[in-house]
Amino acid sequence: MAMYVVRRLIAGFFVVLGASFIVYILVANAGDPLTSTYGITDPVARAQRISSLTASLNLDVNPVFRYFIWLKGVAGCVVGQCDFGLSITTNQPVAADLVGRILITLKLVLAATVLAVLIGIAIGIVTALRQYSGFDYTVTFFTFVFFALPVFFAAVLLKEFVAIQFNDFLVEGGRIPWWFIWTAAIIAGLTAYSLTAGEQPRRLLFGGGAGIIIGGILYYMSVTQWLLDPGLGPIMIAILGLAIALGITELTAGLKNRKVLNTALTTAAAGLVLWYPLQYLFYEGMTIWLLFALAALAIAMGIGIGYLWGGDDRGLSARAGALTAFCMAAVIFLDRSMQAWNAYSNSPSIRGRPIKTIGDAQRGLEGDFWINTVDVFTHLLLPTMALILISLASYTRYTRASMLEVLNQDYIRTARAKGLTERTVVMRHAFRNALIPLATIVAFDIGGLLGGAVITETVFQWDAMGRLFQTGLLNSDPNPVMAFFLIVAIIAVVFNIIADLLYAALDPRIRVGQ
Amino acid sequence: MTSPGTPDLAHTPGDELVPEPDEVMLEQKETVGLSQAQIVRRRFFRHKGAMISLFVLVSILLLSVTSIGIGPIPGWWQWTPYDRPVPLNPRGEPTLSVPFFGGTGFEIGSHPMGQDQTGRDLFAAIMRGVQNTMVVIIVLGVLSTTLGVVIGAVSGYFGGWWDAVLMRLTDVIIIIPVILITAVAGFALGASGVLTVAVVMGLFFWVGLARLVRAEFLALREREFVDAARVAGASSGRIIFKHILPNTVGVIVVNMTLLLGAGILTEVALSFLGFGIRPPDISLGSLISEYTGALTTRPWLFLWPGVFVIVIVLCIQFIGDGLRDAFDPRQKRIPSRQDLKKGDQSDESAAGTN
Repeated sequence: MAMYVVRRLIAGFFVVLGASFIVYILVANAGDPLTSTYGITDPVARAQRISSLTASLNLDVNPVFRYFIWLKGVAGCVVGQCDFGLSITTNQPVAADLVGRILITLKLVLAATVLAVLIGIAIGIVTALRQYSGFDYTVTFFTFVFFALPVFFAAVLLKEFVAIQFNDFLVEGGRIPWWFIWTAAIIAGLTAYSLTAGEQPRRLLFGGGAGIIIGGILYYMSVTQWLLDPGLGPIMIAILGLAIALGITELTAGLKNRKVLNTALTTAAAGLVLWYPLQYLFYEGMTIWLLFALAALAIAMGIGIGYLWGGDDRGLSARAGALTAFCMAAVIFLDRSMQAWNAYSNSPSIRGRPIKTIGDAQRGLEGDFWINTVDVFTHLLLPTMALILISLASYTRYTRASMLEVLNQDYIRTARAKGLTERTVVMRHAFRNALIPLATIVAFDIGGLLGGAVITETVFQWDAMGRLFQTGLLNSDPNPVMAFFLIVAIIAVVFNIIADLLYAALDPRIRVGQ
Repeated sequence: MTSPGTPDLAHTPGDELVPEPDEVMLEQKETVGLSQAQIVRRRFFRHKGAMISLFVLVSILLLSVTSIGIGPIPGWWQWTPYDRPVPLNPRGEPTLSVPFFGGTGFEIGSHPMGQDQTGRDLFAAIMRGVQNTMVVIIVLGVLSTTLGVVIGAVSGYFGGWWDAVLMRLTDVIIIIPVILITAVAGFALGASGVLTVAVVMGLFFWVGLARLVRAEFLALREREFVDAARVAGASSGRIIFKHILPNTVGVIVVNMTLLLGAGILTEVALSFLGFGIRPPDISLGSLISEYTGALTTRPWLFLWPGVFVIVIVLCIQFIGDGLRDAFDPRQKRIPSRQDLKKGDQSDESAAGTN
């Protein structure tokens, strides 16, 4: 195993080396870095500029040898002295703000990938279970449309119809129009109707119920102008906690398993009780690390509760407890962020238009941790939506295909024949095996997504890795382009190795390193 | 249960009816006496989505070629993308009017998709963009499929050094994001026309296909029919192209459609970023990029090019879906209620005549 990883890392190192050489030669031929000097009319100043550029970029050296000079600078990273060369557009070393840019790009890509994977898997499983139903056909059609959307086209539409018009709507008082409530209720009802299995009355009941609930919630939001100053409060948290506990129990063990049900309910109740004291902690001083620590603590608590209730099957209860605890923590976090919404929205630099169309953070925004958290969310919303829309299609299709493949196998028929419930068959026997090919696809995709982030960043005017690449290439500035390429290539290689290891870890039939 | 091929001597045929599931009966009825190619063609023609998409795609192609003509040959449309007529409507609004979509009667007019502030006819510009997209489809399809198939086949069939060298090459290319390598290479080669852009993309798009073809060849070259061909004295070239390749057509065709969809989107994105087809020539991506700011003032300028991109990619997706269904041997047609009823009736009538 260790030998295999080492061998793959060495191979990956040479692959990156070869690819960087190809790209370097291409970039060296992609334009003349001296183009910027053509505008200088004074011949003396121009000659000075040319000689300084030539010296700093080693333009007097053949590109093949120049590559090795560049490589020597990059190799300095091993001893902690990275030198990615000078950017001629900013006259700064490229390495100076590279880490900050990488973090911003990763924030964008990771948020979108995680959400797209979760939503895609959920939709894929449901469409596989309801194969050839109206829901399946509708979802298939829409995933095809989303796949065909150029991301910049979707982004501009989102800016106009999600951000600007939503902000207008908030400025006008946040009252939801009747047509919207009716449309949302009807869509929710139809979705629930087509997803429910069984006889016609049961399906009608579920469909109608979902429609009425969604319509009612939207009506309540409209009447109380909830969107202007949202919040959940203890009662809503209690209802959500109950729903989360029941839902997770149903998915992981089935409601008949009393021990798991008790675990989930206890965990949800603990979350509700802790909500009040947590508010003081949140107020006192909140950092991102404290947030992570609290999330970890919550999961540990869920595991502990599960272990205490557990009985024979402790692992199952502990898992349900951990999931419930994590969801409850997320709900409490959401509630606190919502409380900051009104203050954020009315702060002088936002002026009542909270959804942002450009940039990754509001300049000149003053406020505590929660205000800044909301700021991150409002800036991430549109790019994340755009990226989710376009990557959702492939995850949904792959999950559906691999789920159908698994569901048609003999061991699933055996599982059904020996009388297991449909939930156990789907969640425990089919779902896990269907995830194996998906894990590798997700890992492969991360590299591609980073490359694709160039477009997203351009449309939303984020100043991160993509900007580095685009301005570099347009201004014949080789070093930023190479820095972007190197980071993306290394991440792609690492994730390819992770994909292979993951495959071996998930599928016991695969042995690596033999 | 006896296999259907063996004659059953104990019973005379038609002695007793072995009830079979309706699905199997329908499936067998459909494929009896047909070659593999005929079955695939039939399945493809029956895929409604694929057939509609094929029709739409061909219509768009014909419209783009005939309306503004190619090169020196003029088309039937009154404007070219480079004309600058005086705006007809205030702000150059579209003259297209369709009943129930805000129009009083059906009318195309002289600028159906509107004009921009300089007076350029958007329909003519979009048709030029569509022509370029079609060139990308053809060049990219031919070039990357040829490269991918040949490299994958050689690598998978011969193995050894060939395999090692070619697969390391694909490893190197596959880790570079496509948009990055095509942008840099296009810029380096001074690509501004559609042909160079398409060729550059073709030179880097084959890697995924090559890997798939290699995997297929690795599995197929161990099979008995390949041994048989070799014993019969067939050359390597003959085994690759006549014996193994026809067995991989399904994988190749399906992957090609996926690749073309991605290729069109990449070309559009490259032109959007300013690295692809550059002015004065027109790409759908550069049109979208040019008119991004016009969404609130002149929405038609932004929406129409995007609609054409979506429709073209969507058509290719559906054709690919139809091809996949057609080539998949496990694919079973779900019999509709009418089919099952028909099957029951024919059974009953058959039972009645006996």
